[in-house]
Amino acid sequence: MNMQRETLILGIETSCDETSAAVVRGGTELLSNVISSQMDVHRKFGGVVPEVASRRHVERITIIVQKALEEAGVGRNELDAVAVTQGPGLVGALLIGVSAAKALAFSLGKPLVPVHHIAGHIYANHLIKPLSFPLVALVVSGGHTELIYMKGHNQFERLGKTRDDAAGEAFDKVARLMKLPYPGGPQIDRLALEGKPSYPLPRAWLESDSLDFSFSGLKSAVLNLVHNANQRKEEIHYADLAASFQDAVLDVLVEKAMLAVKKTGVNQLLLAGGVSANSGLRVRLSKRCKEEKIDLRIPPLELCTDNAAMIAAAGTYQFLDGHYADLTLNADANLPLIG
Amino acid sequence: MKLLAMDTSTLVMGVAVFDLETKRVLGEVITNLHNNHSVRLMPTIEQLLTELDLSLDDLHALAVTSGPGSYTGIRIGVTTAKTMAWARELPLYSESSLTVLAMNGIRFDGLVVPLFDARRRRVYSGVFAAKDGEMTEVLPQQVVPVESWLEQIKALEKPVLFLGDDVERFRQTIEEYLGERASFGIGPENLPRPSHLAWAAYQKWSNHEPPEHADFAPNYLQLTEAEANWLKKHGKEEGENG
Repeated sequence: MNMQRETLILGIETSCDETSAAVVRGGTELLSNVISSQMDVHRKFGGVVPEVASRRHVERITIIVQKALEEAGVGRNELDAVAVTQGPGLVGALLIGVSAAKALAFSLGKPLVPVHHIAGHIYANHLIKPLSFPLVALVVSGGHTELIYMKGHNQFERLGKTRDDAAGEAFDKVARLMKLPYPGGPQIDRLALEGKPSYPLPRAWLESDSLDFSFSGLKSAVLNLVHNANQRKEEIHYADLAASFQDAVLDVLVEKAMLAVKKTGVNQLLLAGGVSANSGLRVRLSKRCKEEKIDLRIPPLELCTDNAAMIAAAGTYQFLDGHYADLTLNADANLPLIG
Repeated sequence: MKLLAMDTSTLVMGVAVFDLETKRVLGEVITNLHNNHSVRLMPTIEQLLTELDLSLDDLHALAVTSGPGSYTGIRIGVTTAKTMAWARELPLYSESSLTVLAMNGIRFDGLVVPLFDARRRRVYSGVFAAKDGEMTEVLPQQVVPVESWLEQIKALEKPVLFLGDDVERFRQTIEEYLGERASFGIGPENLPRPSHLAWAAYQKWSNHEPPEHADFAPNYLQLTEAEANWLKKHGKEEGENG
């Protein structure tokens, strides 16, 4: 019997502001992926308010799980395991998913599989086309900027990470400075298309062979630029500023990713995380990978943001490896991927 | 036909199993620790069922406290209970954590005031009185500054029993307002008992009251700080129920 092909995993994801549940068969086949976004709720606060997010999660969680099974046409007793995002993320939000997953696993007598949020983002690509190892993943989101090396399923090695702000965080902060509505990342991306990268902004390359990132200097440079222009009563061309900022971020992301591929000698590069929805990044990375003949995988937009299908996909291989948690499982806001 | 009751609304974590036919409490676990309910709730449920030699198939109904109390704690209980209810297709009944604590004063001849500290000199509280073996509300449950609350209680001119571990923090103020009319729960009376929650749920079940739905949410008794501030700035048009 091909165990992997038959495996039915329910995934649950509540690490930030999306309540999501999904059913995945065989690690690759998406049967359902129900996402209840709270973006409208948080927009008026200019960002995700953790307590507001937790309140919304607890209200929605059971309905979303129910819907995921209904849409998949799978009975709860047919499931092989329940996979859940254990961390990292907002602890109060994570706790809703973890509590629900534990209660489900216990009630159904199924294994409970804890999944790292970033592992999930990487496996979003697996739902489109199976990963081919070894590979490098560039993970870019509001909370993460990391280069990960994978030799096989469940084997994660970190090549580099941000030393300060995550790329997505820099996007959000700069967007706020430019008084763009929440969420700021997509707004900068849109605005950048209308502008030219005419403002000189720094790129932090760090040590010559480093695969680490740093975005706080860039963020400060934008801050100073705006501040000085205001003092001199000069007008800022916001589309140009957005284009300049985006360019500075993408230069570093793309070139570090290429360096990581070269250093490890892999053929496949994955893009993962919320910032992989950025059109500039997608275009730029595609072009460079074509030049370098690297097999690039970019998840479709609906799998870039937080969703439970990616958790179920990653969870499948942990399930097959027998990596289960017991009922004492707790949410971990700072869960390390490699530990 | 057994009912499983769970309460994680405050520092107290309680799990009880109640027999719906014999109306007996079969088992009850209470801890009063500043410790993670998330880690301990499911194992405690599993262990109590095992010790009572019961399986999940023996359960006929579930009960949970809906708050008020610790936001995170309430959500752990509510999420666990309603997920179990959905997975096992069991009816879920909820009861206020204040009502459950007030049930410790069911034999008291006068007013019963359970309270939890809501910080900044405010309390989650309500005024109850026993009537026909049930606790009924004399003043509605609310989050309220302790001084104005005591003012209202004083006006009722009756003996008052205060319940809850947090009462000690306000004891001096309470005595200033109510003098000899105030009395205070002893240690065991200050812990909400999950068997009382089970009893309250049993009554709802036997009265054929409708159980909670899948979208059941806690009653925090107050908005989040972010929402309250937003409303202060933008007026009340988008207000939600506390």
